[in-house]
Amino acid sequence: MDGELNQLKYTDIHNDVVRSIVETGPNYYIALITAFAFTLICFFFPWFYQLYYGIGAAGMNHPGVWGTYLASFIFWIGLSHSGTLLSCVLHITNSSWRKAMYRSAEAMTLFSLVVAAIMVMVHVGRPWFIHWAAPYPNQMEMWPNFRSPLLFDVMAITTYLTGSTIFIYMGSIPDFAAVRDRTQGWRNTMYSLMSLGWRGTDTEWHRLHWAYTFLAVLIIPLAVSVHSIVSWDFAMSIVPALHQTIFAPYFVVGAIYSGTAGIVTVMFVLRKFMDFGQYITELHFDNLGKLLLVLSLLWTYINIVEVFTGFYSGASGEIEALNYRLFGFYAPLYWEMIAFCAIAPLLCAFKSFRTSFVPMLVLSIAINIGMYTERFLIVATSLSRQYLPDAWGLYVPSAVEISILLGTFALFTTLFLLFVKVFPSVSMYEVKETMESPKKSTPAASEGSPA
Amino acid sequence: MSFLDRITEGWRKNRKPGYYEEFDYHWAMTIDLDQCSGCGACVTACQAENNLPIVGEDAFTKGREIKWLRLEHYWEGEYPDVKLNVIPMMCQHCDSAPCETVCPVSATYHNQDGLNTQIYNRCIGTRSCAVYCPYEVRYFNYNDHAWESPLDQQLNPDVSVREKGVMEKCTFCIQRIRQAKDNAKDDGRRRVRDGEVQPACVQTCPTKAMVFGDRNDPKSQVSQSLNDPRAYKVLDELNTHSSVVYLKKVEAEG
Repeated sequence: MDGELNQLKYTDIHNDVVRSIVETGPNYYIALITAFAFTLICFFFPWFYQLYYGIGAAGMNHPGVWGTYLASFIFWIGLSHSGTLLSCVLHITNSSWRKAMYRSAEAMTLFSLVVAAIMVMVHVGRPWFIHWAAPYPNQMEMWPNFRSPLLFDVMAITTYLTGSTIFIYMGSIPDFAAVRDRTQGWRNTMYSLMSLGWRGTDTEWHRLHWAYTFLAVLIIPLAVSVHSIVSWDFAMSIVPALHQTIFAPYFVVGAIYSGTAGIVTVMFVLRKFMDFGQYITELHFDNLGKLLLVLSLLWTYINIVEVFTGFYSGASGEIEALNYRLFGFYAPLYWEMIAFCAIAPLLCAFKSFRTSFVPMLVLSIAINIGMYTERFLIVATSLSRQYLPDAWGLYVPSAVEISILLGTFALFTTLFLLFVKVFPSVSMYEVKETMESPKKSTPAASEGSPA
Repeated sequence: MSFLDRITEGWRKNRKPGYYEEFDYHWAMTIDLDQCSGCGACVTACQAENNLPIVGEDAFTKGREIKWLRLEHYWEGEYPDVKLNVIPMMCQHCDSAPCETVCPVSATYHNQDGLNTQIYNRCIGTRSCAVYCPYEVRYFNYNDHAWESPLDQQLNPDVSVREKGVMEKCTFCIQRIRQAKDNAKDDGRRRVRDGEVQPACVQTCPTKAMVFGDRNDPKSQVSQSLNDPRAYKVLDELNTHSSVVYLKKVEAEG
């Protein structure tokens, strides 16, 4: 690799990152317009049609009252998990390899959460009254139902969204200031406002570091609780195959798993199309691959536990739900999920696999397809086989639902494309921290950045 | 009272889904499956009384039929030795209802009469109550329904017509209960007499298989029916404490 960090100079980093914000090629505009057009056509038009017509535009029916909208919601919440959580954990453990990639990982968190919140609006029957689920003083003198796991969910997601917004913004302040100092015109005004008058004094750096670590410690338990609470939407019910104590850790592990795979995908794209090859290196893919391997083993373990407890319970409802999941109508999806999420990631045991970019990209996409399937199966298989056999049914997504599902990816891409032009997508000051100081120039000191 | 006792008491109290220790009336129903012929008159009566929409062929094939009261059919044996068991299934008005705890906006709650009520105006359509309900008796309005003239003339003015995006279910004909309570009050603060209020299904049942009344009154017909040795509750093992009790069909041996 020609892109060793130690060969870079401080100025190079500034130039590279500011260039990624200021200079915009035609490819970017083509990408942005395509993504936005897809968002409009695949996401917003079907949604408006559904608002006009009713949820009947989707394929849901009597036993299957929850469908892909909820599956997408869990999927996006899950994808949001790795960004900020991983960044926090790596910050606290002083893993410096995080520094080049955490900004875009955190952005992923933010936009996934935004997409997830929109999915809730798509999911409910009357989204124009969605604010009733928030506790605010009102003329009806009505509070929401504080016993409801769905309300816990509203609280948890709002808190997580607020927390991760503050976290990514605070970590970017010195970089906003750096961009401010290198731009003119309206950009200068914008970054002046966004950098909140950052001057780079010792006191400011000290406070930033203290506050940053404080938030990192705060966000880790928060992130764990968010997905536990999402799992309670299901686990607090008495539906066979949903009413499981393992669900909270299952969802948390699943979330971090799909989130990490998502980071690999985003890293690959950034590296390829933003010329960040010098910052996002084989080392990052190697480390993320190790993480994926561990998470896939954990995920497999929890799946085995889930199947075993269902089998061992001997309860007719549980057994029926389990049989249906493993061998019923949706069984091909189940075995696809096992292949993508439990078997394929074992390839990460080989270093040569972890350090090759395209195979890692393919794997990361496969994992996320598998993880989406998992969320879909949790909703679809459990609801179609509940206690009363007379009310058994089948749920198949409609064209509107599939279109909206694809549209969420376009929406996410649009938001992310806007992000890379506003935020410095690589943390400049922290990459500099990993470099040798210019005064003592010993280029042959190490290979790659110190891990 | 010690601090710990107060906590324990508060915990117990708040574990009660409706927050009520006792109900003014405790409406309950028994359905004698020995008398039920499976004719379906109750289903039709419910449809007429409660403004249930006819969803149409398309929605029906998609499985979006709305029937607050449905007849569940369970077949036993192989043709020609086949036996059909019919069980009418409607909202069981559980005193420990899973649907009530999950609704984020309290659109479904337990009222003073031990009824599990649904407020259409408050419902935002998360459909979580339908997932949590083990009896599968909650029905969602997937779209607006039309009553073409002159069908709109037969809509019951005492019952609201539900719009798209809200959940609905059996109410034990709460409009009739309210009417009976109003009449009782007008007569000078007496309580509703046994048999004075009947839901549409009970009123229509040709074999008188269904009995409705106040469980708090030990002399009421329903209370006596509850003591029948054949009495059982559907999915009782889930601890929903339902208000609908079925009387088991007795079959000759051999």
